[in-house]
Amino acid sequence: MNDTATASLGIPRPALAKWLPRAEAVAIPLAALICGLVVFSLFLLTQGKSPIEFYALIYKAGFSTAFSWQNTLSRVAPLLFAGLCVALPARLGLVVIGGEGAIALGGLAAAVLGASMAGASPLIGLPIMFAGAALVGGAWIGAVGWLRIRRGVNETIASLLMAYIAIALMNHLVEGPFRDPASLNKPSTAPLTDALRVGDMPIGVEVHWGFAFGVLACVISWLLMDRTTLGFAARIAGDNIRAAQVQGLPVGKLVIGFTALGGAFAGLAGFFEVTAIHGAANASLVAGYGYTGILVAFLARHNPLAIIPVATLLAGFEASSGLIQRRMDLPDATILVMEGIVFVVILLSETLYGRLPVFNPRFWETRA
Amino acid sequence: MTDIGLWGVPLAILGGAIRVSTPFLFVSLGECLTERSGRINLGLEGTLVFGAMTGYAVAYQSGSPWLGVLAAALAGAVFGLFHGWICKFRGVNDIAIGIAMMLLGMGLAFYFGKPFIQPVAPDLPAIPLGWWSDIPQVQAALQVNALFIVGGLLALALHWMFRATRIGLTIRVVGDSTDAARAIGLNPDTVRLLATAAGGALAGIGGAYLSLYYPGSWNEGISSGQGLMAVALVIFARWNPINCFWAALLFGGAGALGPALQSVGVSSGYYLFFAAPYVLTLALLILTSSPDKALHGAPGELSITK
Repeated sequence: MNDTATASLGIPRPALAKWLPRAEAVAIPLAALICGLVVFSLFLLTQGKSPIEFYALIYKAGFSTAFSWQNTLSRVAPLLFAGLCVALPARLGLVVIGGEGAIALGGLAAAVLGASMAGASPLIGLPIMFAGAALVGGAWIGAVGWLRIRRGVNETIASLLMAYIAIALMNHLVEGPFRDPASLNKPSTAPLTDALRVGDMPIGVEVHWGFAFGVLACVISWLLMDRTTLGFAARIAGDNIRAAQVQGLPVGKLVIGFTALGGAFAGLAGFFEVTAIHGAANASLVAGYGYTGILVAFLARHNPLAIIPVATLLAGFEASSGLIQRRMDLPDATILVMEGIVFVVILLSETLYGRLPVFNPRFWETRA
Repeated sequence: MTDIGLWGVPLAILGGAIRVSTPFLFVSLGECLTERSGRINLGLEGTLVFGAMTGYAVAYQSGSPWLGVLAAALAGAVFGLFHGWICKFRGVNDIAIGIAMMLLGMGLAFYFGKPFIQPVAPDLPAIPLGWWSDIPQVQAALQVNALFIVGGLLALALHWMFRATRIGLTIRVVGDSTDAARAIGLNPDTVRLLATAAGGALAGIGGAYLSLYYPGSWNEGISSGQGLMAVALVIFARWNPINCFWAALLFGGAGALGPALQSVGVSSGYYLFFAAPYVLTLALLILTSSPDKALHGAPGELSITK
């Protein structure tokens, strides 16, 4: 074997070295996803339900017609942002799971700022609300990164505790200082004026602008991670923090910066929930997107571009939840069981990386 | 009721601390055992919720709350075994698995628990330790559930086990150095598997306490992160079972602050008092963590402190 050797299929060696890891990164999660769905099918069979009917309903409610796509795509935006809130810190080796809190506080910030600018033009009002939501979310999760670096506090536990604190804080403020006296049954902030609402994209289906911004956020994150020296430094720090420190990389600033960026995205999820869906901040902001975002990020293996299809898939699952409950007489937690099983299998598949001979260039050479 | 004025607040906090702390106590003792063997199980929140559902369902079906506790412990052990088995594989992140198991445990608990939201299961009995007093508030505060006492004794037993028994030493060696354990002929994977299973069983019992005593019913909001706070509590308690007991009481007291103040008419800021245990946990975590040196008393193989 020498460097000019070609593989049996006539593929030059550098191409193999380049494409095999990519094939591995796509094939293993895909296979794991399918395995997870098979395990879940077995679970359904033990419950006397038909897996075929289940998946057919998911396809029907989530992906078959323009209407079902609209149903799915309108749920993608918060999952994109919440997924980024997990994926960006994860590239630095941090497991941050408290995105739910940044969503709640970001949404609250947008709603409060919007309510205080009731007569403002959208060109002034919306950017201020956008920035406010991003800033609050970024500060909240950035604080988790700061605590990790400055005090050595475990970021997983800290972020989750802070999510509970954030939700309590939001509930307190929504029921107290910022409550709209007119909201009787469901305490809310004052409703936003129509000018300060975010509408649908002009593409013929009712999908709000959050989707486009979410996709844009994923693309920007990918460029930042994979195409800039900053992202390169972050990945080095994620692989080996000591080596990064020896290299003189500003690990502390990287950690705080990337956690804050992730938090800012989660805050934007709150911004779009408030401005495009609810029109005010209230308990509906705490809808579990932060937790589904964890699954999105791990399924995408923390690759910002992969978050887009994964979030779409999971949004389709959640969009079909209602139909599945009605047609198959299954509890609403069924989707949660499926997500849990898929999550476990995906994590289990991590053990396969670098171990399957098919993805080793030598596998193709020795057969020549 | 006898009017005892503001004395009602500390008394209600004491009573509340004993009531609220029991699940913290069991989960933290279980997590302490697991972490001493060098593994972390963040999924105990899911185990707690699943234990609460199983305990309630079995107690309802059988009429015996203690059978419910046993079933919850078994279910917890199964979750622990599964967690321990998965973590054995190379390249699998035990923290991430914990999050996945948390989701799975809650999903399964909500799925199977749906039919048990309405029915009423028998409660665990309480022991009236306040018999010596004529004041109803004192008597109410000292209605102590048997599981709390069991938990206290268990803390002592675990402490003794770690200090003075062969099993305790084995767990400690495995937790401090995988290589050293292998060198003296121990199988670290097996020890961790068993420690994780035992930890899961204890978390399951903590869950049964929630649904069978306080608050004493099964619903989907039964746990609000107690399983996760207990993990933080173990760090604060420096992996010492006796400290876990005191820390659990402290957390229980923080959780009882809101209801205690409400009972004397302070009702504003309900949500802020509700957040007190989380704030306390975070504050203690910040105060007791250190950026540059390994935590005193931490098992050497624990991924969370590395």
